[in-house]
Amino acid sequence: MSTRKSKKPASHNAEDYLRMYRQMVRIRTFEDHANQLYLSAKMPGLTHMYSGEEAVAVGICEALKVTDKITSTHRGHGHCVAKGANFKEMFCELLGKEEGYCRGKGGSMHIADQSNGNLGANAIVGGSMGIATGAAFTAKLLGNDDVTVCFFGDGATAQGLMYEVMNMAALWQLPVIYACENNGYSEYTRTDEIAAGSITARAEAFGIEAHKVDGQDVLAVNSLTAQLVERCRKGEGPFFMELETYRYHGHHVGDINREYYRSKDEEKDWRDNKDPIVSFARHLTKEGIATEDELEAMQAEIKADADAAVAYALEAKYPDASEVDMHVHAA
Amino acid sequence: MREITLSQAVNEALAEEMRRDATVFIIGEDVAEAGTPFKVLSGLVEEFGTSRVVDTPIAEPGFMGIAVGAAMTGTRPVVDLMFGDFLFLVMDQLCNQAAKTHYMSGGKLTVPLVLRTNLGATRRSAAQHSQSLHALVAHIPGLKVALPSSAYEAKGLMKTAIRDNNPVVIFEDKLMYQEKAPVPEEEYLIPFGKANIKREGTDITLIGTSSMVQVAEKAAEILASENISAEVIDPRTIVPLDEATLIASVKKTSRAIVIDEGHQSYGVTSEIASRLNEKAFYHLDAPVVRMGAMDVPVPFSPALEDLTVPTPESVAAMARKLVGGELIHAA
Repeated sequence: MSTRKSKKPASHNAEDYLRMYRQMVRIRTFEDHANQLYLSAKMPGLTHMYSGEEAVAVGICEALKVTDKITSTHRGHGHCVAKGANFKEMFCELLGKEEGYCRGKGGSMHIADQSNGNLGANAIVGGSMGIATGAAFTAKLLGNDDVTVCFFGDGATAQGLMYEVMNMAALWQLPVIYACENNGYSEYTRTDEIAAGSITARAEAFGIEAHKVDGQDVLAVNSLTAQLVERCRKGEGPFFMELETYRYHGHHVGDINREYYRSKDEEKDWRDNKDPIVSFARHLTKEGIATEDELEAMQAEIKADADAAVAYALEAKYPDASEVDMHVHAA
Repeated sequence: MREITLSQAVNEALAEEMRRDATVFIIGEDVAEAGTPFKVLSGLVEEFGTSRVVDTPIAEPGFMGIAVGAAMTGTRPVVDLMFGDFLFLVMDQLCNQAAKTHYMSGGKLTVPLVLRTNLGATRRSAAQHSQSLHALVAHIPGLKVALPSSAYEAKGLMKTAIRDNNPVVIFEDKLMYQEKAPVPEEEYLIPFGKANIKREGTDITLIGTSSMVQVAEKAAEILASENISAEVIDPRTIVPLDEATLIASVKKTSRAIVIDEGHQSYGVTSEIASRLNEKAFYHLDAPVVRMGAMDVPVPFSPALEDLTVPTPESVAAMARKLVGGELIHAA
């Protein structure tokens, strides 16, 4: 049995760890509520669930400061929560309400939270890679030390834009980290059917240092990101990370019958044996950072928050009709 | 007043705005030491350095995307797209990203960038270096589109474009780069959405854009010698469009020809003619006639290419018919 005395982390680490746990649970809880809104036909349109990939967004965003930027994807709720967004404005956006982050004009696939450095989700696969690289260009031109993380999936590695902007980022040593969330599926197709060769070799071809990391291990993700962010701030960027992870749901919430492209056994294996929240909870209790009761209380508190935010969003106002042609052009 | 070329006018506009605002930078292919194939940017890299006059690889979607991200995070990029024909390469970044970001974010994010490119046939450059594609981008809400018709216009519109908080696409006429016009030494700006009445007349309104303003003016000269009084109007920007000035003119003259170098079908001439038909119908003595480029890919052979665009003679001939009361396009 561990005596804990040599393993007990410093208190600031304990706080960091609990915050990471909290943020992962917040993402899972948010997604469970969003899925319920879809299943009960209370949400317009579709949405893409991040459940299962929480350690990626949280491990990365916990290594960033507020003014650091991220670009997100169609599977973007996790990035948005991890970068500091509130449930209330997020649920309002998902329901197309006036108090949403984008006044209901973006929805799930375009949610952006500029106040926390989230430049927005993007519904074009790979479409935000130029934007992320451009945000890093701004940091270099204006001489600030902001770092940008570009989240994208394995499917986006098939887009040509990625190679164009990685080339320029490497030529100009831009402070950008390309974070490839490899969840094994490009929509409804296995990644090994759409990607020849290795993912990390794509970045290495441009002389970009590339790392492969277990995307279910929040501490591994966080510690690698923290190192790369510090090196980016010193002008040593860009970097590339491939994070091996898994999406529990289908491509979107309506993708229910998916045995034609992946087995239930495979899904069960990831849920039962590689869940990032369960394994981190085990770590926290084992290290004496929190008791199971404390973690359960935290989960209950987060669920209550989400329940309240959903109830609020359901009752919230839709934008006035006069807003339909507002914000086409900026003043 | 001194006379300078359109190239020099654009160069001055960029230099003045870059001196005024340190966040303005130029990005594109061969923009630095080469100063572009048209030598429009010569001398700028010597004054502003390679951090603000940024040579890129031949990767139009990549540098367009980088400009979008840079604009979203506090800079004002001027993207140099060597030929208007390359617009097809940057469509996702321009139309799905830059044009929609302000709206999709509910007004929180802005994309203050300028895309400098060109239009114009009869340069013997064949089908992929001769197109006039401004109608394509004018179709997309969120973009503004400016069409300078002289050195004077090019300078004033460029300065306004750089200060605008929206993505603006400016099309310069390739054949006008070496053409001189009076341009004051003192600073001036030309507001968007304010048409320029180049010549007053009473019998017919000739609305010309970009290269076709001169064609309309020459046609008006021909017509004047035949005692037909033509009014010539340059809309300057097609988004926003100064509809009021065009309608007022047509109400006065009762006839109009719209002349533009883009393909005629589904183009700028069609849009303006429709608006005049809808809003000045009871003042018209003849149908509003469209004169655009022929609906063919631009041919290489001079013998064919010259047939594809309106000329002073073809415009004057059409005006003569309209004023003479001939049936146009009778079945």
